[in-house]
Amino acid sequence: MRLEYTDKQNRFRAEVREWLREHVPREPLKSFDTEEGFAQHRAWERTLSTAGYSAVTWPKDMGGRGTDLVEWLIFEEEYWSAGAPLRVNQNGIFLLAPTLMEYGTEIQKRMILPRMATGEDVWAQAWSEPGAGSDMAAIRSKAVRDGDHYVITGQKTWSTRAVFADWAFGLFRTEEGSQRHHGLTFILFPLNLPGITRRPIRQLNGLPGFAEIFMDDVRVPVAYRLGEEGAGWNIAMATAGFERGLMLRSPARFQQTARLLAELLRRHPDRAAADPSLCDAVTQAWMGAEAYTLATYRTACRLAKGGHIGAEASTNKIFWSELDLQMHETAMRILGARGELMPEAPDAAGTGQWLDGFLFAQAGPIYAGTNEIQRNIIAERMLGLPR
Amino acid sequence: MDFTFDDQQLAFRDAIRKFLMVEAAPEMLREVWETHSGRSAELRGKLADQGLTALSVPEEFGGIGQTDLDWILVHQELGYYAIPDSLTDTAYLAVYLLNNMPCDLAFKRQWLPRIAEGRARVAVGHPLNPLVSDAEMADLLLLWHDDEVHALTREQVKLTANASIDMSRRLFRVEWTPSRDTRVCPASPGRELWDGVLNRGALALSAQLLGLTHRMLDLGVDHAAQRKQFGKPVGSFQAVKHHLADVAVKAEFAEPVIHRAAYAVANEWPQRATFVSQAKLMAGEAARLSARHSIQVHGAMGYTWEADLQMFVKRAWALDSAYGDSIFHKQRVAGQVLGVDARLGPGESFAGGIERPMKGIQYG
Ligand SMILES: Cc1cc2nc3c(=O)[nH]c(=O)nc-3n(C[C@H](O)[C@H](O)[C@H](O)COP(=O)(O)OP(=O)(O)OC[C@H]3O[C@@H](n4cnc5c(N)ncnc54)[C@H](O)[C@@H]3O)c2cc1C
Repeated sequence: MRLEYTDKQNRFRAEVREWLREHVPREPLKSFDTEEGFAQHRAWERTLSTAGYSAVTWPKDMGGRGTDLVEWLIFEEEYWSAGAPLRVNQNGIFLLAPTLMEYGTEIQKRMILPRMATGEDVWAQAWSEPGAGSDMAAIRSKAVRDGDHYVITGQKTWSTRAVFADWAFGLFRTEEGSQRHHGLTFILFPLNLPGITRRPIRQLNGLPGFAEIFMDDVRVPVAYRLGEEGAGWNIAMATAGFERGLMLRSPARFQQTARLLAELLRRHPDRAAADPSLCDAVTQAWMGAEAYTLATYRTACRLAKGGHIGAEASTNKIFWSELDLQMHETAMRILGARGELMPEAPDAAGTGQWLDGFLFAQAGPIYAGTNEIQRNIIAERMLGLPR
Repeated sequence: MDFTFDDQQLAFRDAIRKFLMVEAAPEMLREVWETHSGRSAELRGKLADQGLTALSVPEEFGGIGQTDLDWILVHQELGYYAIPDSLTDTAYLAVYLLNNMPCDLAFKRQWLPRIAEGRARVAVGHPLNPLVSDAEMADLLLLWHDDEVHALTREQVKLTANASIDMSRRLFRVEWTPSRDTRVCPASPGRELWDGVLNRGALALSAQLLGLTHRMLDLGVDHAAQRKQFGKPVGSFQAVKHHLADVAVKAEFAEPVIHRAAYAVANEWPQRATFVSQAKLMAGEAARLSARHSIQVHGAMGYTWEADLQMFVKRAWALDSAYGDSIFHKQRVAGQVLGVDARLGPGESFAGGIERPMKGIQYG
């Protein structure tokens, strides 16, 4: 065990810090769930990619920096400390890309990854369907083989960023009459193909953060299939593993929130004096963010030594989503009667980001597999309880 | 940056685990705990054979000179198997004090080799603990007085036994008179040494609490998989599963916090007090939840003397408040987190932090 950074790691941190100081936009970007904001965020991805920073762990010839996971964590620490924009291509870079590296052909990697790194292609996930939420194996959208194409029909829903995104990836039933997780195939498809209709869905904050995707005889080249036909379920589970596991929510995000929360309380000494349990809640927030950070460093180091992410990844998902709720609930308690004010309200006095975060925190225990489903997984796969 | 233990450390941990699985079965512990002394000379001899009493004694005094980091994995096992306090107090805490006290060499020569061989028990009286564990069997007592360290034999103190809910504990009120003759270390550097004992005591208990958390969880899982109601194992019901999953989450995230704290203590990081207190708080929280939920999934069996669960539950409850209760440790963490120049955010988890002096917390 050695819990000090190496000189090389320190140099990387300094380099990233310096670059971000020069490049992070002075004015916050508009929400990426608006057309204008989406374009701004896409441009930011491009800027990031000029330094190889949009996907630091990828090989250099794919647009990354070839770093290990510890350097990725360092990058994320600097990124969140610098108050840099949210990542519009998160689902492509952190979820599809690791899967693609493992299951994709060389041609697919070269076709997809460099354009993802520069933000030319922004990706959406298309798993969920009206009848397939927690029970993803109930997927009904189908892809019928016709020569060197699949013909896709069906409906996907809750697809994040899909309103403005360029591509999507998801599971489709390729075997007529197959049941559950059999006969499913992992397919990548451009969202502008003929036969695709997207209907924006407004989220809790009023913006169209996700969309329904209707597919009516959409012709997708077979070359866009990831892995073997019928092998989609296992490949999708690998993606879900990344999502719950390491890269969906970097710990720096929560450390930054904990820091801002401590500052918020310090600016409201009257509130802290009136209710000492607020001090306790902020202390808890810091402890939780640290614990998540340490657990992630540990996993990163284990992976570097040839280990694997297992069922314990499900503990991550529960931990950070509950932590995020706890932190934002605490912020709302500190803000009191001003907490309800929308960010643009004149009297919100710059506290509106807490409301934004509070709203988004409500979704944490739902997306990426609900926390109830995670508890089932922990109980059955980690603890070995009967199904 | 390498947040993993090396193969040798893991192999030692595994060996201790195997050894304790055989030698420290609950039936056997219960038998020992029923005796007046609560301790078994035979078990102590076997622990010494495994090298546990010699672990941090320097080689020149017949030990194997290992660090806080080696102890932390051992302590998780000692917790899992509910090994009573005297081993930790003697071989970890007392050895730390003896090693680092600027006392004469003869005193160290007198005690350290005997401890390494498993032939001496030393009780440690830290002012944060109202009573002293294992004082009655101690060959030597190292006691706090105005930040000085005093060394006494059993004959020089008056002991009053206090029963604990944890049957393995042997707690004593110790009455004694400090004198020039009993003093073995002045207040400077005594104050620092007692802080060192506190951090190591809290660290050892954090790891034990984590071990206990896992033991209670395992007992809960075993019971839930075997006990049938409504024609199936109760462990197939989601409410039961989720109780146990919640414990697994707490345990999973307490562990790296404990390991970082051990590293911070071993390497004298300036933030070590905060990190140790965080470890103790999170381990305590995990252990309390494990106790509660494991009792719950046991049904009425969880409320009995007969089920082994009670041994571990009671030990967890007792250790949760030893070497600093939750108020003490929360104050230490809050002092750091809520301070004006707190360094909290991303990138501050490992090095470069600043330690705030523990204002307002005085021993005694
Ligand atoms: C902000 C956000 C972004 C999202 N982004 C995407 C995306 O990009 N792509 C995509 O495909 N999907 C996305 N989703 C959808 C998400 O994956 C689903 O919402 C989730 O899997 C749950 O499905 P559901 O909404 O149908 O809830 P349901 O499955 O109907 O669940 C309702 C409730 O029942 C509980 N429940 C269901 N089954 C069980 C069970 N077996 N045991 C115990 N409890 C159970 C659930 O935990 C939940 O509390 C997103 C969701 C949100 C909120």
